[in-house]
Amino acid sequence: MSAITRDEVAHLARLSRLALHEDELDQLAAQLDEIISAVAKVQEVAKGDIPPTSHALPLTNVYRPDETHQGLTPDQALAGAPAVEDQRFRVPQILGEEE
Amino acid sequence: MSAAELGAAVRSGQTSAEEAAGAYLDRIAEVDGQVNAFLHVDRETTLEQARAVDARLAAGEDPGPLAGVPVAHKDVFTTADMPTTAASRILEGWRPPYDATVTARLRGAGMVVLGKTNMDEFAMGSSTENSAYGVTRNPWDLGRIPGGSSGGSSAAVAAFEAPLATGTDTGGSIRQPAAVCGLVGAKPTYGGSSRYGVIAFASSLDTPGPMARTVLDAALMHEAFSGHDPRDSTSVDAPVPPVVEAARRADVEGLRVGVVKELGGEGYQPGVLRRFTEAVELLESLGAKVVEVSCPSFDAALAAYYLIAPSECSSNLARFDAMRYGLRVGDDGTRSAEEVMSLTRAEGFGPEVKRRIILGTYALSSGYYDAYYGSAQQVRTLIKRDFDAAFENVDVLVSPTTPTTAFPLGERTGDPMAMYLADLCTIPANLAGTPALSVPCGLADEDNLPVGLQIMAPALADDRTYRVAAAVEAALTDRRGGPLLAGSAFAV
Repeated sequence: MSAITRDEVAHLARLSRLALHEDELDQLAAQLDEIISAVAKVQEVAKGDIPPTSHALPLTNVYRPDETHQGLTPDQALAGAPAVEDQRFRVPQILGEEE
Repeated sequence: MSAAELGAAVRSGQTSAEEAAGAYLDRIAEVDGQVNAFLHVDRETTLEQARAVDARLAAGEDPGPLAGVPVAHKDVFTTADMPTTAASRILEGWRPPYDATVTARLRGAGMVVLGKTNMDEFAMGSSTENSAYGVTRNPWDLGRIPGGSSGGSSAAVAAFEAPLATGTDTGGSIRQPAAVCGLVGAKPTYGGSSRYGVIAFASSLDTPGPMARTVLDAALMHEAFSGHDPRDSTSVDAPVPPVVEAARRADVEGLRVGVVKELGGEGYQPGVLRRFTEAVELLESLGAKVVEVSCPSFDAALAAYYLIAPSECSSNLARFDAMRYGLRVGDDGTRSAEEVMSLTRAEGFGPEVKRRIILGTYALSSGYYDAYYGSAQQVRTLIKRDFDAAFENVDVLVSPTTPTTAFPLGERTGDPMAMYLADLCTIPANLAGTPALSVPCGLADEDNLPVGLQIMAPALADDRTYRVAAAVEAALTDRRGGPLLAGSAFAV
């Protein structure tokens, strides 16, 4: 099993939107390597033509009638927001200058 | 007094919901400084709820056997009148706009909410040491863990700060803390209890369940919050198994009990194995037919779980993006939404949550998906097949609930794999979605700490686990001359 490098952890952190510190990257690389080696056992067991089970229950799509009903009020929906402006969520800039 | 007895006393007018809530609030004020089971208690809100229940009873309403009985909720259940944080800094002070189905149903049953209990952050952990708000201590020995992730709930019930508490079980987070605190803890059949309003960790595994001091108390609460919920698309539309009737029946005559060969032996604490063996002999003496059963794929369950659960968590926790609720860090007008998101998540999540997000992102990434996540899902099929084959020959399966008793605080915090081993026996039932329950079966000789017996049954046969547990509980109480918890340092 190939070792997980610090650079790989940094890449995963970017994908996960986690701004990790340098020391966290070092520590996680070592720990992930150990965990992945331990859990790689699944590959030895899952040999042959075994259908995967993603869920304990057989899932079917659930529909409800297309009827209007009372949801949260704007005040309730915005009550936990970090920033609000004009009854809307205020978010930091999403597009950069060049976009 | 058990929850069943307290409920009867409230309904008969011997005491009131307000008196009961007041007594438990006093107990919390007295001992929680040592135990740290609660993250949030608001005396006035609780007493107000209790007075409302008294008014319902006075008006002739009968909400059921738990009317007026207080309950503590794990801080992963949303509560409209109290903060909900999942023990994370990222949700500090968040007040949800709605109640979880479990919370709402228990309110409907007349239960009074005492407060919110501590837990491992986002239910990730086996020791309640991953909370952003400090560790919870085991009432049997304050230097040890109360189990996790529902460790605040287990400690609250074991320290007599609450008669009943809710928990959630993703890989054993109800049964393991119940076992190490000397309680009864049940993981219902997956989908038997609604996940609506339960902050998601691993959606295909998470199952809300009861934590109690007696089997009957657990059954009463199980019945009160179970049943189909149209707000949860994974909720099972089937009748609630007759768990209360089974807890009262408490008889195992003729029942076929399978001892899982793979869950015991090397790596298990000798005192745990001794109590387990005695419990099996006890079942035999009560008329059960005991046989050894092999479930070979259980050996790979831990590995499959630690790929599936982090994968689902990395996806579920993407919703904590600093935009609509929760913490926001670094929004100084110069940074982009993406930068703010990364800074917030780095500051808001603790080390175990970060570790699992990264691990899940790795397992789901292109090039590794089939090798890890795909293989883990195949192992899940094998585990289901093992259960199916076993249940063709036996009615229930048994094992120790945990390989060891409560370990000292701090002992495993630096070693994730050692910590993950605490869930060795409990995980197969989560992967297969089957019900499982832990009932105390005595104290280990080496450390005088509680040991749990795990009872597993086929999907939707939750009643069988209660029937066996009640028989064990009754026989052991007779043998000891009193309940196990009478031996705890916090006994009242």
